[in-house]
Amino acid sequence: MPVSSNTSPLSARPRHHNTLVLCLAFISGFIVMAIELLGGRILAPYFGSSIYVWGSIITVFMLSLSLGYLAGGRLSLREPRLTLYGSFYIAAAVLLLPLVLSGNAIMEALFLRIEDPRYGSLLVSMLLFFLPTAVMGMIAPYSVRLLVVERERSGHIAGLLYFISTLGSAIGTLATSFYLVLWFEVNQILLTMALALLLSGALAIVVGRKSNLALAVSS
Amino acid sequence: MIVSAAKPSMLKSLCTVLLLCVAGTGALQAQDVKTIHQERSLYRNIMVTEDSTRRCMRFTVAELSGQNQSCRFQRDHDKLVFPYAKMVLTSLLVQDNPKRILIIGLGGGTLVHTYSLLFPQADIVIAEIDEAVVRVAGTYFDFATTNKIKVATEDGRIYVKRAGLRADKFDLVILDAFNGDYIPEHLMTAEFLEEVKKLLPDNGMVVANTFSGSRLYSAESQTYAKVFGKFFNIHMATAGNRIVVASPQPLPDRAMLEQRAAAMGDRLSRFDMKLSDMTQYIHTDPDWDLKERVITDQYSPVNQLNN
Repeated sequence: MPVSSNTSPLSARPRHHNTLVLCLAFISGFIVMAIELLGGRILAPYFGSSIYVWGSIITVFMLSLSLGYLAGGRLSLREPRLTLYGSFYIAAAVLLLPLVLSGNAIMEALFLRIEDPRYGSLLVSMLLFFLPTAVMGMIAPYSVRLLVVERERSGHIAGLLYFISTLGSAIGTLATSFYLVLWFEVNQILLTMALALLLSGALAIVVGRKSNLALAVSS
Repeated sequence: MIVSAAKPSMLKSLCTVLLLCVAGTGALQAQDVKTIHQERSLYRNIMVTEDSTRRCMRFTVAELSGQNQSCRFQRDHDKLVFPYAKMVLTSLLVQDNPKRILIIGLGGGTLVHTYSLLFPQADIVIAEIDEAVVRVAGTYFDFATTNKIKVATEDGRIYVKRAGLRADKFDLVILDAFNGDYIPEHLMTAEFLEEVKKLLPDNGMVVANTFSGSRLYSAESQTYAKVFGKFFNIHMATAGNRIVVASPQPLPDRAMLEQRAAAMGDRLSRFDMKLSDMTQYIHTDPDWDLKERVITDQYSPVNQLNN
């Protein structure tokens, strides 16, 4: 692996790469929980706010995150690239759009077909939240791979990454439940999050391209 | 059947008012209140308390702040304990012969009891999300289903949506699900009220037990005004909540109200009330902030607005 002159103790990449990855991990942590929290609000008009609606939402988020972790870890086996990392964010942003654009149509269709609110809400949660959340789940293990260079430090760095992204989740939950829903409509919040994901992804891709170019020039 | 949650900031003054009532009438004996049943259901704490005069279902623990309650007198089950139930019955001035009644939120079953006595031939459906509330109401408040009284143990919003799809009609829909410290946000939105409106025949009406303090009062008023236009706003200085009465058709004017109240005479005396005493509490002029946002499925921070 080429080592640039501007190394940090965290990795062989430029220090600003690590800062970028940590910032983006914070953003994705924030957004995952904000969406999960809004999920209850989104489903309530069709499936109520019974305990099984929350059960369905939490199940789907946990399931999609777990599969995302698996897939992200797999993808990180190859040479880790900021550009691929950025494309996760862009994919998540795009996959959020059906929730905003056709969420009601999907829920209405299922409400008409499935009488049992348990399986109705479970299926709707799968359709609306599985893909964007799974893609956001891929971010965490891939972030670790981008940050880790020395095996001895891998646990330390994984801890730091979990700290940052889970802190993002905590703040995302609090901000959404206390303030964002008081100021904005649900779809406005979701679209802003999609935009934030899009910009995050674009930034990672631009920075990744630049350093690839730099590497190509220096080698 | 539940008196709404008090704002924390209002709690002190409410307690004071409550204490004054206790001291003034001697009707309530805050001291020997015994808890005869307590359980934690999926949705809340349910407590049944009683003293020599009253038995109550409560959803909060605090004794005096227990505004979230449904009570009946030990000796006379028909007499109404709280002004809010009398405010609900005041809606009889708008429509006095409901044949099909939908009640969202059971509580101790006060309203079911009252309406089944008033209209024994009416079909009453109750949507109650919490199976434990249904059970406790049965054990401690003699609530029972009959061929006229049925319970759907499900979320009120789902019941209303499905009833709309079946093109069911109810002459009277009572919204009384606002019974804990947490208000179900999806039961306050314009979309929900539109779904309720779909269940009403032209002469039908919705009667909602809601909140009288805080920004939520304005937001909710704006929402009812958007869906129904003019509505009756019933509030009394002594009650922590207000009752909204709305109908797809125009509401009677003041003279008509007085006339109907007089015609009703003593028909409600067994409930310890007289409609002619109640007309003064009916308001129609907007007394809320007209700039407050309408509550929708997209924007329903009702719990935040209630603080």
